[in-house]
Formats: sequence, C-alpha cells, structure tokens
Amino acid sequence: MRSPIRRSAQAAVAVAALSLAAACGGGFDDSAEQQESGSASLTMLIASSGDAETQAVQDQVAAYEQESGNTVDVQVAADLSQELAQGFAGGNPPDVFYLDASRLADQADAGNLFPYVDQVDDVDDFYPNLVDAFTYQDTQYCLPKDFSTLALEINDAAWSAAGLTEADYPTTWDQLATVAQRLTTGGQTGLVIGDTRDRVGAFMVEAGGWFLGEDGSEATVDSPENLEALQYLQTNLAAGSFAYPSGVDAGWGGEAFGTGKAAMTIEGNWLVGAMAADYPEVGYTVVSLPEGPGGPGTLSFTNCLAVAADSDAQDAAVDLATYLTGADAMTALTQDTGVLPSRQSLADAYLQQFPEREAYIAGAEYAQGPVNAPGAEQVLLDFDSQLGGLATGDPQAILESTQTNLEQAIGG
Amino acid sequence: MTAVPAPAGGLQTRPRRGSGRSSARAGQGRAGWAFTAPQVVLVGLFVLIPILMAFWVSLTDWRGRGSPFSGSVGFVGFDNYAAILTEPGLARQDFMTALRNNAWYVLLVVPLQTVIALGLALVLNSRIRAKGFFRTAFYFPTVTSSVAISLVFIFLFTGGGAVNGLLSVFGIDGPNWFSDSRGLLHLLGDGLGFWDAADPPAALTSGGPAGLTWWDWLSGPSIALAALILLVVWTSAGGYMLMFLAALQDVPADVREAAVMDGADRWQRFRAVTLPALRPTLFLVTTLGLIGTWQVFDQVYLISQGNPAKTTLTPAYLSYTSAFETGQWGRAAAMSFVLFAIIVVLTTLQRFLMRDKDAAAEKKAARAVARRRTASSRTTFFHADR
Repeated sequence: MRSPIRRSAQAAVAVAALSLAAACGGGFDDSAEQQESGSASLTMLIASSGDAETQAVQDQVAAYEQESGNTVDVQVAADLSQELAQGFAGGNPPDVFYLDASRLADQADAGNLFPYVDQVDDVDDFYPNLVDAFTYQDTQYCLPKDFSTLALEINDAAWSAAGLTEADYPTTWDQLATVAQRLTTGGQTGLVIGDTRDRVGAFMVEAGGWFLGEDGSEATVDSPENLEALQYLQTNLAAGSFAYPSGVDAGWGGEAFGTGKAAMTIEGNWLVGAMAADYPEVGYTVVSLPEGPGGPGTLSFTNCLAVAADSDAQDAAVDLATYLTGADAMTALTQDTGVLPSRQSLADAYLQQFPEREAYIAGAEYAQGPVNAPGAEQVLLDFDSQLGGLATGDPQAILESTQTNLEQAIGG
Repeated sequence: MTAVPAPAGGLQTRPRRGSGRSSARAGQGRAGWAFTAPQVVLVGLFVLIPILMAFWVSLTDWRGRGSPFSGSVGFVGFDNYAAILTEPGLARQDFMTALRNNAWYVLLVVPLQTVIALGLALVLNSRIRAKGFFRTAFYFPTVTSSVAISLVFIFLFTGGGAVNGLLSVFGIDGPNWFSDSRGLLHLLGDGLGFWDAADPPAALTSGGPAGLTWWDWLSGPSIALAALILLVVWTSAGGYMLMFLAALQDVPADVREAAVMDGADRWQRFRAVTLPALRPTLFLVTTLGLIGTWQVFDQVYLISQGNPAKTTLTPAYLSYTSAFETGQWGRAAAMSFVLFAIIVVLTTLQRFLMRDKDAAAEKKAARAVARRRTASSRTTFFHADR
C-alpha cells in the first residue's frame, strides 16, 4: 500500500502552499505608513529596575500626554533585547525604546533606528562621550537618558580595621595592590571585581588601551597597554588579594561587598541602591578608580531613548524622546533610580542632593563607553569567557585570539 | 505563490490506475481526510510552514528587521552553514564547543536517566509497601516547573551550599559547582596520572578536528555541566519511570510463570523475559531522551547562560543568543537545522541498533519470498497489492 503515503504527502504540500499563500498575503508589511497629523498614539518599551522606576517613567509620560495630546502606552519588558527583536521582525516595533549603548552598532547597522539627534538644539549639554556612545558611522542616533560609571567602593569598617586612613585611599595601581594585600585576611578578599570586560575593561582604559582604536574602526586588542592591564590583574589574582565574585562564592561584586567577603569592589552607581536595599548596615565610601599608567579611566554604561525607523508616528516619537531627555523630565527620572543625569547642566544640582555620588559623576569626563561595532558581541563574550581563567592563563594568548576574532567581526 | 486546490478536490481528480476500486473505499478515504483536515491544517500552519520559513532564513543574511521574504534581504546560499561548520573562526569555534558540551551531556544523561528510571520502575513493580507514596515522590520532579527546580539547584550547588556542606562532612572540599569550568576527564586523567591538566600533552593540544583541539574535545563535561546533568537526570528519570512501570505491568504473567517453572532465576527472568518485553518502551525512552537532551535549553538559560568558560553552552542556547542577542538570525537558523540533522541521524542510528533482530530477519525472509513471487507473476502482485 504505497499510495496513501504519497497522497498524504501531496495533501500536506497542498495545505502548506495554501497557508503560506495566505500568510504572505496578509502579513508582513515593510513600509511604515506615517500617521496623519493630530494626536498620535505611541508605544514605548522600557526596561525597569523595579516599581519605583516604572512609576517615575509613567509619571513623566503622563505629563507628556497632558502637554502634547498624544497617547503613550508604556510597556515594561522582561527581556528587552528579545522583545525588541520580536518587534523588529514583525515589522511593528515600539515607537520609542530604551537601547543600551553596547547594542547600538548592531541595531543601527541593521537599519532599525531613526536618527533624530540632528533635530535637537541642545545636544551640547549632554556629556560628549555619552553622545559618542550612540554615534555610529558619524551619525548620532539617539540621546542618552542617563548613565552610570564605575568607581571604587571601600568598606569603612574593613578599612579602619586594617589600620588605614582616608589618606590611604588608593590613587595609583601600586597603591591599590598594596591596600588590597593589607585588606586580605582570612575570609575577606581585598578587591572583588566582576570577570567581564565591563570591569576588567576599566583597567585596560587606565593602562591606555581599549578594544578599538579612536575612530572605532580598528581592533587594537593586542596592544602592550592591554597586556599590562591583564598582567597587573593576573599578578594580583594569583596573589589572592584580588578575586572574582565566583571565587568568593558571590553572584556579583556588590554581593561580595555587602556580605563582607570583599573589602573593596569596583561597581557602578547602581550599587548605592542595592546596598541600601540589601545591606543597609554596611558603611562604605566611594572614590574614583585609581589611575593607571595611562591616566585616569573608567567605563560608562548608558541607555538612550531610541526611535524606530519603522515607527508609524516618527515625529511624535521624536517629540516624546526629546521631552523625556529634557532637563525637567531628566531631573525627575534620575531622582530615586540611582542613575546619573546625562546633561552636564544638571550635575551641580544632582551633587547637592547626592554628594556621596561625586566619584561616579566625576568619571563622566573621561569614561569609556562600550565597544561600538556591529558583530562584536560574540567576540566580547568569548573574551569574557577567557577572563575566567586569567589567574592561571596566558594574557597574551587571550588578547591575540580576541584581536583575531574582533578583526574578523569588524571586517566581515 | 500559486494556490493549489484543496486536498479533497485534488485527490478526487487524480487519475486512477487499475480499475478494481470500490466507491465505498473512496468514500472512506474522503471521510478520513475530512476528519484529519483540522489537524493537518494546524500542523501545516504552525509546524511545517514555520520550519520551511526558518530554512529560508538560514539561507539569508536577514538581520531581524521586517519580513525575511522582502526583496531587501540578501540570499547567501549556504554561507551561514559554512560559517558554523567549515570556516575557521569564532562562529565555528563556538558552535563546535556547544556541540562538544551537548555530546557529553547526552552521553551521560541518556544512559543514566534510562537506567535509573528502569531501576525505580522495577522496585515499584515489586511487592513493596507505600508504593503510591514512592511513585508520587519519584514522579514529582517531572511535573514541577523547571524554573523552580533550577532555582533550588542554584542554591544547593553554590560554593557554600547544601551539597558542599554534605561533602565536607566526609572531609571533601567541594568545588564551586556552577562556576567551575574544569573538565571531568581532564581531572580524572590528572588524578590517575595520565597527564598534567595544567600542562596538557602536546600531542593532544597541537591539533584536532573542526577548530577545537583533541584536548578540548576530550575534556569531558565540566563540573558546572556535571551539576546540570545531575539536575536533569533527577528531573526526568521519574517521568520515564512511569513509562517503564506501565510497560512492566503489561509483561504477560503466564510467560513469567513459565520461566519460573523452567527454573529460571531472577536475573535470567529479567534478562530473557522482562527486558525483551520492555524493548518498545526502552526504544521510546531512549529516543525521547535523545531528542530532549540534544535540545536542552531551559536549564542553561536559567542557571549558567553558557558560563563558565562556555562549558555549558549548548547549540539550542547558542542559537537563541545568536538570534535574539546578537541579531545573526541566519546563522542561528542554520544552527538549529544542523541540530535537527544530528537528531534525525542519531535517532535513525538508534532505531537501527535497537531493532528487533528476530523480527527483522523474519521480515527480510518474507520480502524475499514476495520478490520471488513477483518475479513469477508480476501482474497478479500489483493487483493484489492495490
């Protein structure tokens, strides 16, 4: 009996062809038709650290709705990059969304973004290196809504227990290594830092190196500066005065710091909120990262309010994005959420309110943004996975393989 | 795209060969199609077509914007497959690492969970007390959400967790499970003195297939992956146990009795009566296990995200991150098709290895007889077959 099988195959093909025809006829529509003038309805996709942040955004959006007559539907994403990907693939992305600087190049390169910064008058007020983080191939795409930088956090109790005073706060690599050694006792490690480019990269910047050259088109991973940074870390990791969080059985630097397993850690201003919530009894001081052989250095992390190229109400979307990055809205949005305002004009007022965050703000002047090249993510993930074995590994080999991979990613 | 007539109409107009068909049978066929139509449409719409679409994506450089079928998407042929299979580079290295991890994972999980499930089922099928309680207890992990179980395991296996606490009672200093990337075989060889894991033999590190050295391929599962393996075996064994239990209760009692009468001892009865009767279930369990383990995703996504040092990276997870995190949709689709091919090949191989050799021989003999008959009277055969 062979025919039934053949028949069912034919039937299956017929059904497949029919439904495919139906799907193609109705579905995918590439061109975005602009909404007519009048009030527009927008969707905005955000990532949120919690209810407080969501509420703050919703308040500002409500104020915008009042002022403009547009309606905005704010959606909080559980997994922002995944939900964005779905929106783009479906041809129906959110009009305005948060975009991490490390994602910019990929999204811009795929043509997902509508650059609107040229429509804004007061771009100069934003920290230039933050705007640079959202610039890809000479096009400024979107405005940073806020930012964070890395600094050195020091546990006060551990500091004085080791007989150290304020005068001993480290300002150079040598001093950092020395105090870390003094602070390393029994169950306490001197310095605990995350084992990814987002922490180790700060040392590369301080040494005068980075993954990419000035203009972002050339891979410069395999440089003597980067090697010096990795060797510095390796020496101290091997000595036991530095450690990764996993080495002290913690999830991240902040946890190690809060539980007293680390006397110092290198984290960003998000640590302030985490410490207040989880370890309110731990007293600590925040100082700028020590200078390396290449001068001061830190990393910045920032999100922008991006507008989708496929948005059907682009004008209104740009309007919303500029409203939310305006001075008033930014003041309100950076109030309780632990992030720093990305406008230089707001720095003084912010510091009056939160003087203890000075070290974070100070980093804005010289902070290095994330690697800004399409296709670099996999390479950097590979770099991260090699950093785990840095203590016993070969720093030169790590840099060489990352150099090769990054060249390949940027070139192709 | 041309619309093809609906299946029922299309079938009716098909030219018929021969003449002996009765109208009653044609009516039956129609009714059959009518009854299966909803399912055929559903499967076509939600399974077959998405698969075909994904295959198309795997042949393009689609970046995830708009429709992959629009004119602006470039057709790149098998470039995506080449990138993960043949071209030296990070993409292939990642994919091969993922395959390596998953192969070790399958190699350990499938036999372990099958043996444990069978063992539990045998125990439950014997005359023990509180059978209902044990059955529920063993089955419980299977019906519990994998998210909940993964979270519990994260706490159990942290450096200062319960598992290491238990090990320290026996004087063993347990590893920091989910962040330990050392391979078990590397450690084993080191412990037995075959090699020094810190300074591996040059013969193994100097080369190897597909961009990884022999030393990498033979690392064995990392300690982190081993913890995942324990988790999965513990979770899934209960479910397969239930299948074995059902099959055990179907083993004919008279055959067992006859074996007892023949003087077979317990082990002989198990080997010669129970195990052959369980063959179809054994095939089912190992096949489901094989397919499930090659597609492992949730536990990796929840617990390790491929860390430490990519030793828990699996093709399914890598495909997910390639698509959603880094926007390489074509490459991600290509990975899933390679994974699909691997599963098909391995399942076929397994089917061949586990075939009933007696039945296969019988079938072969029958076919030989039929062939001989065909040779003598071809027309009769065709007629009879229709």
